[in-house]
Amino acid sequence: MIPRTAKAAVGQRLLAAFRDAGAVEVAPDILLPADTLLELYGEDIRARAYLTTDPIRGEVVLRPDFTVPVVSMHMAAGAEPARYCYLGEVFRKQDHGDTRPEHPRDNEYLQVGYELFSRDPDADAEVFALFHRLLAPHRLAATIGDMDLLLDAVAGLPLSPERCAMLAHHIWRPRRFERLLDRFSRPLVPRSFAVNGAPWTGLRSEAEMAARIARLESARAEPVLPGIWRERLHRLFALTGAAPQALDELRVLADHIPAIAEAVDRLAARLDAIAARGIDPATIRFEASHGRTTMEYYDGFTFSFTATAHPDWPPVASGGRYDALTAVLGLPAGKPGIPAVGGIARPGLLAELDPC
Amino acid sequence: MLKLGVPSKGRLMDQTFGWFAERGVRLSRSGSDREYAASVDGIDGLGLVMLSAGEIPRELAAGRIQLGVTGTDLVREKLAGWRSDVVELAPLGFGEADLVLAVPACWRDCEDLDDFAAIARDFRQAHGFRLRIATKYHRLVRAFLSDHEVADYQLVDSQGATEGTVANLTAEAIADITSSGETLRANHLKILPDALIHASQATLFAARSQIGTAPLHAVMSRLRLT
Repeated sequence: MIPRTAKAAVGQRLLAAFRDAGAVEVAPDILLPADTLLELYGEDIRARAYLTTDPIRGEVVLRPDFTVPVVSMHMAAGAEPARYCYLGEVFRKQDHGDTRPEHPRDNEYLQVGYELFSRDPDADAEVFALFHRLLAPHRLAATIGDMDLLLDAVAGLPLSPERCAMLAHHIWRPRRFERLLDRFSRPLVPRSFAVNGAPWTGLRSEAEMAARIARLESARAEPVLPGIWRERLHRLFALTGAAPQALDELRVLADHIPAIAEAVDRLAARLDAIAARGIDPATIRFEASHGRTTMEYYDGFTFSFTATAHPDWPPVASGGRYDALTAVLGLPAGKPGIPAVGGIARPGLLAELDPC
Repeated sequence: MLKLGVPSKGRLMDQTFGWFAERGVRLSRSGSDREYAASVDGIDGLGLVMLSAGEIPRELAAGRIQLGVTGTDLVREKLAGWRSDVVELAPLGFGEADLVLAVPACWRDCEDLDDFAAIARDFRQAHGFRLRIATKYHRLVRAFLSDHEVADYQLVDSQGATEGTVANLTAEAIADITSSGETLRANHLKILPDALIHASQATLFAARSQIGTAPLHAVMSRLRLT
């Protein structure tokens, strides 16, 4: 067992390095209002976070991550560009299904993080390179991805905007995504929507149903998605490899999926920016679907650092771009979203990896 | 002495008594109908405890009883990692009930889970909050919907009269136990055929810690379960 003090020491070291990199230290509450998180993550958060009730504040949650409170704080008061860092506990329920594992994951652990709110296109490289430099002594494997590529590819499919939006909505749910893609790839079977005489009940209105039925009926006139598009999409989603080779493959793929050309250029520029910060892109693995398995809020560049000697561990550090999250969290205050990228590391895992 | 927990009232109790009687073991409540003391005849080393079916999973996991009769739905809902705590010895062939997802029967455009997922997304966009599913089976429903990658919904707790929540506008759909489907129909709800969340029945469970011990083996032989 690594003593808590040793984990905290690793966290303090990283926090100091984040401060040296220009970040202002912030200390969000541990007890957060639940409504924002529930609206963002839905039931996932109930399965993963500790919810409780306060007689006055209503439903509250033990901080499951820092990003949301840091973004909320910045949206309320901050000015750009802004760099924030933090260190503290997060709390996660671990519900493992039918059988409990012998070595359950921790329910509370330290996170140390760095968030950058900036319109500078170099921000991705700045954050990635910072984590890369600080984690270098631990010899972790770095993997990057880019949700922009996938979302642009989906938006560029020869389908109605409605269908593209449906696919994009479910991009983080691979099987549902695949079912939709499958449905759009063949002629729709006509449906009867038989009238059944049941009285109307519930909040969903007849007009809402009528609108959906009309949409489904007009969709029958839509051309099916040619099989070649499904193949191209699958090729893109499955693309992995050392970053420079992956980039070459993406360039070839962009000839067939023109919608990703700009995102591929941005990835190339990002890799150049990373190289300019002294990191050899050949040592970074690119996985096109990297961001699909994380929480829904990453919508651009994503990265993670994993301990190759511990394949059963979660990433030791991870992060990415979450522009859409800032837009959602800015809504109540009537503020537009701002570009944001950030990441966290887990001092506990680092301490276990290299006990000092 | 092993302790057997049995549902303390209703058909479930009567049918459990019947199942044991067929195997020559007479379970009975002593004294008046309102008293929860109980006795066992026809087998040695077994004591009887009358409990609410919903408490039997917890009592098994806590080790206060070693055998128990309850629904597979309650064990899965109430014990996270249930296989680590209890073992199913025998399905008893009664108390069948399905945990299902039901939506208003008037939703003519909702015939399967794919429709439901699409409607949930539309509903969230139109109303500004996630489509509400009323249930008391939070873990089972959440695990099922997460497995099937349905998003855009939320669970609202309902410990009773769940079928009424849709008409009362406190939920858009429900997930509840049904055997005949009659209450659902009476409340103008229909079952989504591909959303059977769990098919439950009354089952004899043993605490995992007892597996392989002589006292449990003796009881199982007497019940012709070996």
